[in-house]
Amino acid sequence: MSDVKPRAGDPAITPALIGEHGLTKQEYERLVAMLGRAPTFTELGIVSALWSEHCSYKHSRPILKTLPTTAPYVLQGPGENAGVISIGDGLAVAFKIESHNHPSAVEPYQGAATGVGGILRDVFTMGARPIAMLNSLRFGSLDDSRVRYLFSGVVKGIGDYGNCVGIPTVAGEIVFDPSYEKNPLVNAMCVGLLHEEDLIRAKAEGVGNSIMAVGARTGRDGIHGASFASEDLSAASDAKRPRIQVGDPFTEKLLLEASLELIKSGHIVAIQDMGAAGLTSSSAEMAERGDVGVTIDVTKVPTRESGMSPYEILLSESQERMLVVAKKGREDSVREILTKWDLTAAVIGEVIAEPVYRVTEGSTVVAEFPGSRLVTDCPSYSPAARESSEIAALRAVDPSAIAERSEEEDPAWTLEQLLSAPTIASKAWAYRQYDSTVRTNTVIGPGGDAAVLRVRGTNKAIAVKTDCNGRYVYLDPRVGGRIAVAEAARNVACTGARPMAITNCLNFGNPTRPEVFYQLKEAVAGMGEACRALGTPVTGGNVSLYNESPSGAVYPTPVIGMVGLIEDLSHITRATFNRGGDAILLLGEPGGELGGELGGTEYLATIHGKVLGPPPRCDVDQERKVIDALLEAIRAEVVSSAHDCSDGGLAVALAECCIANPEHENGAEIDLSNYSSLANREILFGESQARIVLSSSSPERVLAIAAKAGVRCARIGTVVADADALTIKLPKGTVRNPLVRLRHAYHETIPGIMARTPEHATFDELDPVAAH
Amino acid sequence: MKFGVVTFPGSNCDYDAYQAITEILGEEATYLWHKDHDLQGSDVIILPGGFSYGDYLRAGAIARFSPIMHDVVAHAKAGGPVLAICNGFQIACEAGLLPGALMRNSHLQFVSAEVRIRVENDDTMFTNLYNRGEILRIPVAHGDGRYVASADVLDQLEAEGRVVFKYVDAGGATSADANPNGSERNIAGIISEAGNVLGLMPHPERACSPLLGSNDGVRLLESILARVAA
Repeated sequence: MSDVKPRAGDPAITPALIGEHGLTKQEYERLVAMLGRAPTFTELGIVSALWSEHCSYKHSRPILKTLPTTAPYVLQGPGENAGVISIGDGLAVAFKIESHNHPSAVEPYQGAATGVGGILRDVFTMGARPIAMLNSLRFGSLDDSRVRYLFSGVVKGIGDYGNCVGIPTVAGEIVFDPSYEKNPLVNAMCVGLLHEEDLIRAKAEGVGNSIMAVGARTGRDGIHGASFASEDLSAASDAKRPRIQVGDPFTEKLLLEASLELIKSGHIVAIQDMGAAGLTSSSAEMAERGDVGVTIDVTKVPTRESGMSPYEILLSESQERMLVVAKKGREDSVREILTKWDLTAAVIGEVIAEPVYRVTEGSTVVAEFPGSRLVTDCPSYSPAARESSEIAALRAVDPSAIAERSEEEDPAWTLEQLLSAPTIASKAWAYRQYDSTVRTNTVIGPGGDAAVLRVRGTNKAIAVKTDCNGRYVYLDPRVGGRIAVAEAARNVACTGARPMAITNCLNFGNPTRPEVFYQLKEAVAGMGEACRALGTPVTGGNVSLYNESPSGAVYPTPVIGMVGLIEDLSHITRATFNRGGDAILLLGEPGGELGGELGGTEYLATIHGKVLGPPPRCDVDQERKVIDALLEAIRAEVVSSAHDCSDGGLAVALAECCIANPEHENGAEIDLSNYSSLANREILFGESQARIVLSSSSPERVLAIAAKAGVRCARIGTVVADADALTIKLPKGTVRNPLVRLRHAYHETIPGIMARTPEHATFDELDPVAAH
Repeated sequence: MKFGVVTFPGSNCDYDAYQAITEILGEEATYLWHKDHDLQGSDVIILPGGFSYGDYLRAGAIARFSPIMHDVVAHAKAGGPVLAICNGFQIACEAGLLPGALMRNSHLQFVSAEVRIRVENDDTMFTNLYNRGEILRIPVAHGDGRYVASADVLDQLEAEGRVVFKYVDAGGATSADANPNGSERNIAGIISEAGNVLGLMPHPERACSPLLGSNDGVRLLESILARVAA
C-alpha cells in the first residue's frame, strides 16, 4: 500500500464534514477500519458517492435479491449497465429504466434531459443501438402553476434531448396526484437492439490495458449529484442546483456513434458510462467486476476548466463521458475513432495486477483503497419495517359506504369527469413534442396500450410499456406491486406480444422510516410474485429513495418497464375499435362476485377526492391465464382490437376504444344489464384487474378459446361505426354518452389546462424558488 | 441510380433515408461524410433530417459550411437533383439553394405528428407520380419548421408553381388548424427555380411502409427515379 497523505489545502476531516458527506458515524468508522487510517478529503468524497443510496443500494440490495432474474433467454441480468434478453435470430434487446427525480424537482428541463442522456448511455454501452425511449412521469395537481412549470419543463427536456439524438420516444405514462406535488418522479427507460455477438460488458480486464476517458471533457458540474439523489428534498435543495448536470444531446449523438464504432472495432474490452458519481463509480465498478486493480492519474483527465482538484475531477457528473478499457497498443486506434467524431480520448490510467483502487495526482497518491472493498464492503441495511396504522385504517374503509354525489345520477357526467381527469385524459399535448417516428420502426407510437417497434430483417416486433399505479401500492404495497407487473404485462399482451422481462425503478420515500421500508419490502415481494407467475424475470433497474419533501413521502411507486415479443407482424393489435359490426367482449370478466371493486380507484379520487379502501385484488395465476387466452385469440386472428381495463374501469376503457384515435372514431352499444348484483358505479368505474376489452368479428371463436383456457369471457356489445354515441345499458337505466362530449373531455383537457400558463412568463414568475 | 445521403454530425434521419432508398426503392445508396469533398458519383443527393451541429447558432447555419456542402452546391448548380428533408431543408435555405428561411414553430413547441399535405404541382422531378390536389399523409417532426419569406418571394413561388406541398386538413383545405408550425400560406415544401432542389419539412422517408402508417412518400422517391432515369 502507498503512503497517502492529505493534499495541501484539503479541509480537515471533522464530524461536520463527514456529516455533510452523508456518512453516518458507523459508516465513517467502517471506512477507517477498511483503510487502517483516517481517510483524506478525496477519499471521503469517493466513499460519500459510492456509499450513497443511489450508487450502493444499501437499503434495497437484500430485498432486490428476492426477485427472479433468470430465464433461458436472459443474456444479462442485474448488475450491468442494462439487462439483455435474446429475441432469436441472433438478436437481443438491451433495456433499463432509471430515475432522475431530484434533479427534475429543482431544474425540470436539465433534470429530465440528463435523465434521458444517462439511460441512453447505459444501453449503448452494452453494444446496443438505442431504438426507443419511454418515460414514466408523476406530478402534482395541474391546477398548481409550479406543477405546470415542472410538467412543461420535463416534457421539453425529454423531447429536446431524445429528438436531437434521434431516438424515438414511443410510450410511457403520466400521472397527476397531489402526493407528487413537491417531489415529481421522472423515470426514463431506453430500449436498444444488438446482435448477440456484439454484447459487451463493463468489466475491466487484462493487466496492462489502458483506461481511457472519452467523450466530453470533465467540468465542475454535477459534483455530488449521487449524494443529492440520496437525501430528502427540502427548502435547501434549491441551493444544490449546481449539483445538477447540464446535458448536450449533440455531443451524446456523437458519443453514441463513436461508442458503437468503438465496440465494433475490437479495440476495447470494456466501456461504461461515467454517470452517477462519475469517474469514481465507473472505474471502481469496472475494477470490481473484473476483479483487478486500477490506477488513475487525475492530471491526465481532459478538463473543461483549469485548477480542478482530484476531488472535483473524481466526483464531477459532467455529462456525455465514457470510461473505456482499451487493449494495450490500441490506444491510438481508439483515439482515431473519437477524433473522427470530434471527441477527445485520453489515457488516464491502467489496469494493474495489484489488488488496489488507486488515484494519483501526477506521482502523488491522493486516494487508495484495498482491492475492490470500496464496492463490496459498502454497508447494507435492513431497517425496521412496520405498516403505517393510518394507511391500514384507510384500507379498511368500505368504499361502497361513500354516498354518491347528486350529479352521479347521470353516469354520463361521471364518465366525462373521469375522461377529463389529467391522469386519464389524452397526453398528446406531451407526446406531440417527442419525435416518435425517427428510425422508422414505430408501428404503434404513444397513446396505445404499449408501443410496438418492428425488428428490421425479421418478421418480429417488440412491445414496450411502463406502468405503476402508486395509489394501489400506497393502500396495499403487496397487491400494488403485483398489479404494477400484471398491468404492464397485460398492456404489452394487448398489442399481441408475449411479456418477456422487466426492468424496474423503485421510487420510494425515506427507507429509514419503518412505514416506508415496509412499503418497499412488500411492494418488491408483490412484484416478485407476479414476475414468477407471468414468467417475466427482472433484468435490472434502479432504486430511488428519499422521495420526500416537507409535506411527506410520495406514493410508493415501483415503476415497471416491460418488454414483450411479437413473433409475427400480422399479430400486431391496436387498442381502439376499428370495424363496425364487431362484437365487443370482456375477457377475464370476473363475474358479479369479484367485479366492481371501487377501492383505490380513479373514480374515488376524482369524483370524491378520496384515496381509500382495499385496492382491486390481483390473482397472478388468473392474470397469466387471461394473457394466455388473449394471445391465443390474437394468434388465431380473431381479435380486431384489445384494450386493457385499468384506470377509470370498464366505462373509461370502452370510451377510449371509441374515441382515443381521433382519425377513426366508432360508436358502440353495450349491454351490462345482467350485472344486477352491482351498483352502476361499480360496474362502470370499478377497477377489477385481469380484464381486457376486445372487439372481434368471430366472437364465438374468442368465447371458445377463453372457455378452453378456463377464463370467463362475455359478449357485452357491438361496435356501431356510424353511431354518434357510446350507449351502455345498465341494470338501472341506460346511459348515453355522445362521442362529441367524450372526445372533448378526453382530448381537450390537458391542452386547455396548459394554455393557462402565461406563454411568455419570465423564469422568476414561474419559478418563485429560483428567484431567490 | 445512386443516391448519396450526407451525414453531418448530428444528422439522425440519414439512416432512414438510406433504408428507404435501398429497401423500398431498391436503388444504390451511400453515406457521404461531411468532412469529405467527394460525392462518390452520386446522381441524387439527400440532405437528411436531424440536428446537424446540434442546431447550435441556428438550424442549418453551421452545416452549410461543411466541406461536403461545397460539392453539394456545385452539384445543384449543375442541375443535379437534391432532396432536402427537414433539417436538410433548413440547410438548403441557409446555403442559398432555396429562398426563404425556417423559423421556430409559431406555438414554440416541437411538433411530432402525422400531417396531411396537398400536392400543388405534379410536374416536378419529385412529384410526377402524384396527381395535383392529391392529399398525402406524412409525418413531421421538427421545432423550426415555420417557412417564411417576403411577400414578393411567396407570390413569385406560387406564381411559378414552386410551392410543391401545402399543409391541409382532412377536407383538403389550407386551414390554420392543419398548419403544424405556422408556415406562411401553409407551405410545406418548395423547389428551386431550376426545379432540381426540393426542400420540405415532412419526412417522405418515414412514409414508406403501410405497417408504419403510410406509404405515401414512396412515389416521391419513385418520381425522381422516373424523371432522372428518363
